[in-house]
Amino acid sequence: MANLKELTHREDRLAGGHRLCAGCGASIAVRQVLLGAGEDPVVVGCATGCLEVSTTIYPYSSWKTPFIHNAFENSAATISGVEAAFNGLKRAGKIDPDKKVRFVAFGGDGGTYDIGLQALSGAMERGHDMVYVCYDNGAYMNTGIQRSSATPKGAWATTAEVGVAQQGKRQVRKDLTAIIAAHGVPYAAQASVSHWKDLTTKAEKAFNTPGPAFINVFAPCPRGWRTPSSQTVEIAKLAVQTGFWPVYEVENGVWRQTVKVVNRKPLEEFLKPQGRFKHLFAPGNEALLAEMQADVDLAWDRLVARCATE
Amino acid sequence: MPTHKTLAATGNAVVAEAMRQCKPDVMAAYPITPQTTIVEEFAAFVAKGKTHCEYVTVESEHSAMSACIGAAAAGARVMTATSSQGLALMWEELHIASGMRLPIVMANANRALSAPINIHCDHSDIMGARDTGWVTYFAETAQEAYDNTIMAVRVAEHPDVMLPAMSTLDGFITTHSIDRVSVMDDETVAAFAGEYVPKSALLDTDAPVLHGAFAGLGGPFFEFKKQQRVAMENARQVIKDVGAEYSALSGRPFDVVETWGMEDAEIAIVVLGSTAGNVRHVARDLRAKGLKAGVVKVRVWRPFPYAELAAVLKGLKAVAVLDRAESFGAEGGPLFLETRGALYDLETRVPVVGYIYGLGGADVKLELIERVYQDLSDIAAGSAAPAGLVYLGAREEA
Repeated sequence: MANLKELTHREDRLAGGHRLCAGCGASIAVRQVLLGAGEDPVVVGCATGCLEVSTTIYPYSSWKTPFIHNAFENSAATISGVEAAFNGLKRAGKIDPDKKVRFVAFGGDGGTYDIGLQALSGAMERGHDMVYVCYDNGAYMNTGIQRSSATPKGAWATTAEVGVAQQGKRQVRKDLTAIIAAHGVPYAAQASVSHWKDLTTKAEKAFNTPGPAFINVFAPCPRGWRTPSSQTVEIAKLAVQTGFWPVYEVENGVWRQTVKVVNRKPLEEFLKPQGRFKHLFAPGNEALLAEMQADVDLAWDRLVARCATE
Repeated sequence: MPTHKTLAATGNAVVAEAMRQCKPDVMAAYPITPQTTIVEEFAAFVAKGKTHCEYVTVESEHSAMSACIGAAAAGARVMTATSSQGLALMWEELHIASGMRLPIVMANANRALSAPINIHCDHSDIMGARDTGWVTYFAETAQEAYDNTIMAVRVAEHPDVMLPAMSTLDGFITTHSIDRVSVMDDETVAAFAGEYVPKSALLDTDAPVLHGAFAGLGGPFFEFKKQQRVAMENARQVIKDVGAEYSALSGRPFDVVETWGMEDAEIAIVVLGSTAGNVRHVARDLRAKGLKAGVVKVRVWRPFPYAELAAVLKGLKAVAVLDRAESFGAEGGPLFLETRGALYDLETRVPVVGYIYGLGGADVKLELIERVYQDLSDIAAGSAAPAGLVYLGAREEA
């Protein structure tokens, strides 16, 4: 794995001047992931969403690498088609048999956990040599902060409102990384933009793994989370330190926590700085807070047990 | 010189054969009745090493077209096949394929759309894709399905066109019936199809390009759509030129509108797909009885050959249009509406009546077609046209 100094010399394939918000976790995720691709050419696919609309406004492109956007739910299927073309054209003798190209598909949590889950599952099962990266900011941010199956329980969203009858989203978020790991793909990982070394290492592993690989990257959204733009990395760090977003990898079926969390912080430390959880600290919501902490504890214990036994 | 081989084969088998002969680099497909034997045949070619094609067995038709779009943008020659619900599930992607100007070739086994579920022939599926920007052929026979598929490759990839193209054949009637088909040798077809040289391939990694840009309010979206219109208009001549070249090679005639008995016809039926054969059979019988009956088969549905139709139907005493698809709430079926529109600018009005027939594979009995000619004959003699849209052969109690 390259060290920080070496990484600074690698080409940044996402140009500055894109139109994402200040403090957006998505562009940080993209940069760190693409650093892991090394020197080989990369074809990038992207689902409809913030990342796509902010980087591809005709006639401009923020991508210094071949890029394709197709639709919302099919980033995985689209890149699987590109990878298939690479194989077919090699067999046709139209591409140098020694040429190496990396294939990566990006999608937000809406385009990955929800509407794109089928296409992702299909692509993972078929075994394309590709990396799928979800930048998870826990809601449909591009359309205006609607809840997704990645939205945390208790979070406010414009389709999971806060009022006398309801305190934000009622359901526990979906454990997508475990779902993809259950496909038996050679590499699946969970990472956070706050832990750059962990993320770029995972990206490098994912790109170097023959066959399908998946990385779920925690990517805060200042606009949707009601947090200051300057706090993106800090909040992502708290997600890891509280165990809300454990970082781990599943390599050929072996589960491993990749960042040690010695004294796990209380969940409240992650929740408190975020406006989307503000209502939880109003009197009367103590039980809900306790329930959310219990959810995190249970998921943590399960993960620890998995990592110990497998 | 091409060598020709005569086979007894189904429409689906020869579509798969045509696809193999055109040497696609990628096929991404999902099985659906009655398209399945196309993808099965093709899978067998892959297993036997008869193609270099990368065959992607996707998990849905939506992903089939999504992967085709990715592969075509990557620079590959790409094909697929679908039917009915599968085509409907692709609908979003059909627009994206044409909007991104990707020359994908797809076969469609024309089949009814649910509900109620029904696996048999009608044109509801393909009419739902009418405005998606695909060049669209209709085959009457397995032979035409073979020929149309090969021509579609050349039309789609033509630099003045660069649009996806569909080669459609009627579910079960053409897809599954064994028919007499003449196929050409591999070298001839490959030479005719030519090699696809993509312009802006994702896999040309030294010259990075962006496919699928955002063109919002105030952006060039409107102009992109205009360019699609221009491309589809260009396709009119390209289809004819490619058809003439193919015709010379195959020895079989081709036209966007094919006619029978129209030299002196007074009445005519306009029809798409396999029913054209039944109509011709009836017209032949009626001619023997002195009726001046003609048949007009629309072989290319998009771009719609309105000028050719107007030229051939001009001066007739009555015309019937058979639609194997509904357009609920419209004055008639899609072919009826467009045919009548095509005749609007004629100086002398031609009476046009619409019939809906054969939905969900309902039998197209010869006596039903005879009845249509009888109606036309009555109209030609001065009777009033049937009031409203006729559901040809539908049981009365329904």
